[in-house]
Amino acid sequence: MITLKDMKKVFNAGKPNEFTAVRGVTVGIEDRKLTVLKGPSGSGKTTLLSIIGCMARPTAGRVFLDGRELTSLPERFLTGIRRSTFGFIFQQFNLIKGISAIENAMLPAYPTGRPRAEIRRRASELFELFNLGGKAEARIEWLSGGETQRVAIARALINAPAVLIADEPTAHLDSILSREFMDIMASLKREGMTIVMASHDPIVYESPAVDRIIEMRDGGVVGEVAS
Amino acid sequence: MLHPTVIALMVGSFLLCVMLLISSAHGVRILRKWDLQSGSELQLELERRTYLVSMLLAYALGFQLVSLFLFIYTADDLHRLFVGAMCAAGTLNVNPFGYPTLVLKVVNFLFAAVWLIMNYADNRAHDYPLIRKKYGYLLVMMPCILAETVLQTLYFLDMKPNVITSCCGTLFSEESSSVTSGIAALPSIPTKIAFYTATLLTIISGWMFWRSGKGGHFFSVVAPVMFVVSVAALISFISLYFYELPTHHCPFDILQREYSYIGYLMYVALLGGGATGIGVGVLMPFRRIESLSSVVPRLQRLLALISSVLYLGFALISTVRMLTTNFRLEGY
Amino acid sequence: MQWFERQRNIIDFTLSSLLRRKGKNAALLVVYISVVFVLSSVMFFTHAIRREASLVLQGAPEIVVQRVIAGRHDLIPVGYAQKIVGIRGVRSAKVRLWGYYYDAVSGANYTLMAPDQFSHGEGAVAIGSGIAQSGSYEEGTIVPLKSYNGTLLSFEIKKILTGASELVNADLMLMAETDFRSLFGIGPSLATDIVVEVMNPREVATIAAKIVRLLPDTRPIIRDEILRTYDSVFNWRGGILLVIFFGGVLAFIIFAWDKASGLSAEEKREIGILKAIGWETSDIIVMKFWEGLSVSLAAFLGGITLGYLHVFFASSSLFEPVLKGWSVLYPDFRLVPFIDPLQVATLFMLTVMPYTVATVIPSWRAATVDPDVIMRS
Repeated sequence: MITLKDMKKVFNAGKPNEFTAVRGVTVGIEDRKLTVLKGPSGSGKTTLLSIIGCMARPTAGRVFLDGRELTSLPERFLTGIRRSTFGFIFQQFNLIKGISAIENAMLPAYPTGRPRAEIRRRASELFELFNLGGKAEARIEWLSGGETQRVAIARALINAPAVLIADEPTAHLDSILSREFMDIMASLKREGMTIVMASHDPIVYESPAVDRIIEMRDGGVVGEVAS
Repeated sequence: MLHPTVIALMVGSFLLCVMLLISSAHGVRILRKWDLQSGSELQLELERRTYLVSMLLAYALGFQLVSLFLFIYTADDLHRLFVGAMCAAGTLNVNPFGYPTLVLKVVNFLFAAVWLIMNYADNRAHDYPLIRKKYGYLLVMMPCILAETVLQTLYFLDMKPNVITSCCGTLFSEESSSVTSGIAALPSIPTKIAFYTATLLTIISGWMFWRSGKGGHFFSVVAPVMFVVSVAALISFISLYFYELPTHHCPFDILQREYSYIGYLMYVALLGGGATGIGVGVLMPFRRIESLSSVVPRLQRLLALISSVLYLGFALISTVRMLTTNFRLEGY
Repeated sequence: MQWFERQRNIIDFTLSSLLRRKGKNAALLVVYISVVFVLSSVMFFTHAIRREASLVLQGAPEIVVQRVIAGRHDLIPVGYAQKIVGIRGVRSAKVRLWGYYYDAVSGANYTLMAPDQFSHGEGAVAIGSGIAQSGSYEEGTIVPLKSYNGTLLSFEIKKILTGASELVNADLMLMAETDFRSLFGIGPSLATDIVVEVMNPREVATIAAKIVRLLPDTRPIIRDEILRTYDSVFNWRGGILLVIFFGGVLAFIIFAWDKASGLSAEEKREIGILKAIGWETSDIIVMKFWEGLSVSLAAFLGGITLGYLHVFFASSSLFEPVLKGWSVLYPDFRLVPFIDPLQVATLFMLTVMPYTVATVIPSWRAATVDPDVIMRS
């Protein structure tokens, strides 16, 4: 359960281009549910997502993870928690070119100090799960859109996180791949994963897998729909 | 004195000063504006700065170690230029800046090592409890680094070749009356007893502290003392066994090729043992701090273990040499 | 164990990313290696020459006594040797006959000497390899020399000197004493200088003082003084060269800083991704550390090896124009390979250290980028 209280995020404070991305939001993310942050670009949903995912610290307000306050934790600790609790999927997938697919998937686990062989085993298992078995050593550039998507998901799951965070994951996908993506999300949720997504794609927020939609506009929450 | 190595040492010291100056400048800012609770961009920037200072100090430590050994090596290489100097000891005595520079180099090395130990502990706690003390300490260290650079520069600038100086023979000999000769003239049996007693005390208390967590205070007193005792022992009798000469007390020649550079091993062991031992003591007052209460005791025990092992290594090398050589000290 | 695994994984990624950017890193490596190469060549060369010089000087006499008239070196009466032998502590005092001969044909200066024992007899000479080469002489050739009064004297080359230390005997010509005196017109009562051996090396300075008191028109030169002067000279020369190359090192530093700061868009993106997926600032810093270490190690070892080969196996051919100057008889600078930790440590401090310091701040800047940068773009 992730809770944000009066959370505010300001960029370039005190400068002429000061910009408030999120203003005074209080929200709680429930476990094992799929929550979608819906809103146009500039609504602050990406910023909110990054705070939920412990990628950034709020300018004001407080953040709690399962009751533990994270607000003023130094980056070192925050990153440690983030690595083991959260998995990330980005709009452009953001895989690293020039290394193999499986290495890409292994990267988030490198700083944990787990033995390489163990990490590789886990990555292979995930690849099998997502039908990528034959593509482990392939370069990213050679993969199809759907395969890239699944490699990105595998990478997000390498550290066995409890929460999956996805930022506009279907922005560069066609309808078929988008629906496929939501199917994968649904099955992950069934296995107990908490999922938070930011999207303005109807295929996402109209999916039956979605439990709750939080609507955002101009940095604030304007509505909520539970399904 | 445009010897290439002298140039290198000056460059090294200059770079070290630059690194420490940058660190201190950031340190001052951090001391004034640090507020962990605030999520402002200033605070985030300050936290980023701490990484830079840690990096700079870590590199500074490594460079200081190289600079220390290079300094001694250079002094040795230059000995031919001075009448009466047979090795580094003589060259260092050419003007009053030589030995103080050496001492300061050792002190600064220990300073930097202890800072890094403190930094490591501070980073393990989730609220940076030692941040102010750490950077205050850094500001104290800054003048020492500057002093070392100034002294080293004066030492090299003031060098006048052909000056008659005393070589280690008179410096470390038992007849003349300086501190070093005082050490050299210590009667050998009592000094050996003192050395081995101190070693055993250090190693046993370190071991006990590592296993059971008790005796930390005792160890933190004994370990730094051990550093001084070891150096005295080295000058007083250990070096004699390496040179197989009852009058050659100079502690610098064991760094030479003829002795398989064993001196480096021994000095590194001593410096390491001393730094970690002092670290245990420095961390003592921080055991009570709440966020550090799980970090510090464990860290201290690890440091005590490392320190004991290094001191043990030093004692072993010395003892093995004393036992395997044909040279017999007693009886002179 | 954990720490070790973490390092290992990060090193793995670092090496792969270095290889992925071959172009940029190759440029840096080339410049870095060149800097180390030049500095190490200078250092190896000066150290080796110093060492050779001091080795050669070991065999030199402890005291050389010269006669000085009106501040200039003049011929010394043979009788002085007897007087010197009488000083307590002197083991022997022998006269030496040697001088310089300018050969107009080749334009070279030969060092002529009449050693104590010359086995080839009158009318014969033994010459050094440098002379042999420049005049294309062989054993058996007749070589003419112009004496002090213009007459030509002929000498047969009985032997060509080979020697371990070419630096010394390349331009040497040995002959019998009588021939020497005829050639230069030096009477039997004079000699060039007197070499003195003492019984107790520690007394050298005292004996030198006694010599001056006894024979006020002489100047005793002590071997150790020569050694010290040579050292100083090489220190100055080596030092001046280094200071000159300092400009190069400085340019290198700025270049390194620039390379490190100028992360390509691709590199920035990669670091952003790493931070987003869970790498901490310290992980990136570790990565940058290993990156710097790999580059420095490769450049340092490469540069030193090249410098070593250049000086000891290619006879410092790149420095030839600078060193040769006006000398006609150029000895083959086949120096004895000599390297010690002092030189390596000095080179380290002059190259790797500045490089590392130049890259600290750029590395830090790269590492402290916000983890959510990727999401914001």
